[in-house]
Amino acid sequence: MSAIRVRDVRTVFGTKVVHDGLNLTINDGEIYGLLGPSGCGKTTLLREMVMLEEFDDGSIDILGHNVRNIKEKDAQKLRREWGVLFQSGALFSSLSIRDNIALSLVEYTDLSAAMIEEVVQFKISLVGLKSSDADLFPSQISGGMNKKAGLARALCMDPKLLFLDEPTSGLDPISAREFDELILKLRSLLGLTIVMVSHDLESIYDTVDKVAIIDEKKIVYEGTIADVKSSKNQFVQTFFK
Amino acid sequence: MQTILHFTQSDSFLSLDFSGELTLYSITQLERQMMQKDVSGVKTIELNLISVSFIDTAAAIFLVKMEEFFSGKGVKCSLVCENQTLLSTLELVKMQRIITKLETQSQLKKSSFLEKKLKDINTYLSGFVSFVAFLGKLFVAKMLYLKSFKNIRFKEIAYEINESGIKALGIVALTSFLIGLVVAYQSAFQLKTYGANIYIVDMLGISILRELAPLITAIVIAGRSGSAFTAQIGAMKITQELDAMKTMGFNPFSYLVLPRIIALMIALPILIFVADIMAMIGGMIVANIDLGISTDLFLDRFREVIAAKNFFIGIIKGPFFAFLIASIAIYRGLGVKDDTQSIGFHTTKSVVESIFAVIVCDAAFSIALTNLGI
Repeated sequence: MSAIRVRDVRTVFGTKVVHDGLNLTINDGEIYGLLGPSGCGKTTLLREMVMLEEFDDGSIDILGHNVRNIKEKDAQKLRREWGVLFQSGALFSSLSIRDNIALSLVEYTDLSAAMIEEVVQFKISLVGLKSSDADLFPSQISGGMNKKAGLARALCMDPKLLFLDEPTSGLDPISAREFDELILKLRSLLGLTIVMVSHDLESIYDTVDKVAIIDEKKIVYEGTIADVKSSKNQFVQTFFK
Repeated sequence: MQTILHFTQSDSFLSLDFSGELTLYSITQLERQMMQKDVSGVKTIELNLISVSFIDTAAAIFLVKMEEFFSGKGVKCSLVCENQTLLSTLELVKMQRIITKLETQSQLKKSSFLEKKLKDINTYLSGFVSFVAFLGKLFVAKMLYLKSFKNIRFKEIAYEINESGIKALGIVALTSFLIGLVVAYQSAFQLKTYGANIYIVDMLGISILRELAPLITAIVIAGRSGSAFTAQIGAMKITQELDAMKTMGFNPFSYLVLPRIIALMIALPILIFVADIMAMIGGMIVANIDLGISTDLFLDRFREVIAAKNFFIGIIKGPFFAFLIASIAIYRGLGVKDDTQSIGFHTTKSVVESIFAVIVCDAAFSIALTNLGI
């Protein structure tokens, strides 16, 4: 079954056409990479999928809901079924790491405080943070920890879908490889469907099942990473040489 | 190494022989030398770079420009150079110049005065329309928010009341005390000449309770808490915290916007009440010292002539002013773009616009209430 279906999406910013007739399908349990030259609209597409940005034409179905004319109630339900990791982590600066991770649990569930603490501690160790880090504030931690904490927050409701915006950018190579392993581990443990925007070749080769390459407003290649060199697109030829 | 320029002229042929290193440090000197040279009657110019050892991009641009300049004058101009590195530098500069020229040509579409003005008007109108859209969103959020009692975020509201209300008590009290003092002092001087000393109570009572205290409080709060709202929300927008909230299903309107608006609407009337007291104390002190009106006499007269309605009118204005200040501040905060300059710009706008809105609102109150005979 397909978790995400994007059909004929067209996006226009002012006079600039970003996407024109963009199609892609992401199946359940896949790790799907979005690639392309900078400015091609990868992040915009990701933002459209999570309902942060509106598109001008076409449709995007996420877990069976059309996000274009979705009811507020369904949208709220959908938001609990996905996790989003932003490029900069986007942790709430007024809350500690613990409270950042616990926020959705506190707001959406009726778990006891002790239970929430258990869940938070599990997610913290799952992403490779130390339990003593929980009391720190976002301004007190490094960029790598920031991303890990962001991932823990994205995972706190055990989502079916995970959106990652350049998860390994700004990380040192060792942390980046750890992050890749973590993503693979999470997929096998929790059966997640993961959509990620990335520029990190190694990370793409290690983790991604399928890639879509966006260039000149369209998908120019969609398929496995092994066959990608068959594409004649100039960006693909330079990027995967 | 210095650059040396020699001129070799024979009839209509001029050769410029450069030697040494051509860098951005030597351009001015070369230019000066060129200016002094009389080139009238010259038909062919040769730029001889054979004995040049190095050329940087600035010097390359200078040479290319010189070539263009002479060609434009109808003089045949040619470059003589054998060094491959120099040639490739010159080639690179020429290529880039062509590209930038093409770009500037396509951009050079001069807009007329009318077009500019209409664009400005359009920007203002769309700004106003988007503020109306913001108010609409706010209304919908409020409806959803107040649907159930447990939706109301008392903790956030209490926190905001403390931040923007209680913590502002000191500055509001001090400002209004001084305003009371100054108004009383100035009018005492006038009243004394007519021997109408006791009327200072009427004057202060009505002007402070009805107009001055609400206005001064609103202006202080717009500068203090309004700007804080804009900056806080703007910073959250830049760090993508607002996006993160939205994707997690926390509507920023009910988590950030409404608690702030409600908190300010509760806090402002209280602050106005404090401002009333402080300003009257200020006036009372001046009346005592300057006009010899004792505190007892002042309070007796106050009770006699100042109707309670004056006080209530002042207090009632509070929630209205608070709504304007908070909603403009938050609207501006949400409008912040992804750069740091934008926060400063929007904070300034937020304070100026909210003070203006408060004064307009006060004028509307004044006219409406006077016409209603209140």
